[in-house]
Amino acid sequence: MMRDQKLWTWHLAAGAVILILLGLHMGIMHLNAVLGIFNAPGTHPVDWANVVARGRSAAFMVSYILLLGAALFHGLYGLRNILIELDPARWLKRAIGVVLLVGGIGLFALGTWAAIAGFSLAKAM
Amino acid sequence: MLGTTKPYANRLGLWGWLGGGRWGVERYLYTLHRLTGLGLLAYFLMHIVVTSSRALGKAPWEQAMNAVTGPLFKIGEYLVYVAFAFHAINGIRLGIIELGFGVGQPIEPVYPYRTSLDVQRPLVVVVLLLAAVIVVMGTLNFWVLE
Repeated sequence: MMRDQKLWTWHLAAGAVILILLGLHMGIMHLNAVLGIFNAPGTHPVDWANVVARGRSAAFMVSYILLLGAALFHGLYGLRNILIELDPARWLKRAIGVVLLVGGIGLFALGTWAAIAGFSLAKAM
Repeated sequence: MLGTTKPYANRLGLWGWLGGGRWGVERYLYTLHRLTGLGLLAYFLMHIVVTSSRALGKAPWEQAMNAVTGPLFKIGEYLVYVAFAFHAINGIRLGIIELGFGVGQPIEPVYPYRTSLDVQRPLVVVVLLLAAVIVVMGTLNFWVLE
């Protein structure tokens, strides 16, 4: 399998992961009044008490990190494909790849730190 | 192979990317899938930074949430939700087609020619209806129940 085929397959696989985890996330955060899952009745999903309650769960922490990685790869690889289709010069193609890779790793590190630190903080409360 | 394709001048510019020309509704769904993808990515990158504040405690979290409150942010968040509904459900359609399902059997190219898009059309209708149901649920949540 060639490199781009592999990356495209990962892009599709990441899409499937996002579909499940982001679907759950959207259900919790934006269909709270319709579905009413994982939030105390009569409260908003971003209320600190709800954030802490979800933050205590190891399953939530793992799902945040999985979603973060899958969504960053899916989104940034998708963006790369759109930019590459514009047929930039060879050096620019390489630069786009490097910038997106470094940016993606940086944001993954920040988000993973936040998920783990948030979990530790919630557990300690 | 991507690296060895012959480059052609992009005569149509942005319209070559946005416009569907004589192609069917699927071509516009392709454009919309890309536009919603770019919008979702832009939001997601900011979302990572803003929500990371929860690791610092209650006060930084509430400060971050207060900074993204107000009618403009609510409209923006609603648009992100709508983009998600479309991008997710249309993504399922693209996955199904990518795997070779729902495109019909190969046929001889005999006049009058038929296109596999005719076979795929019911899938488009189902996708748009499903996305519409999710958007209606979100609309209720955003603007009526919450």
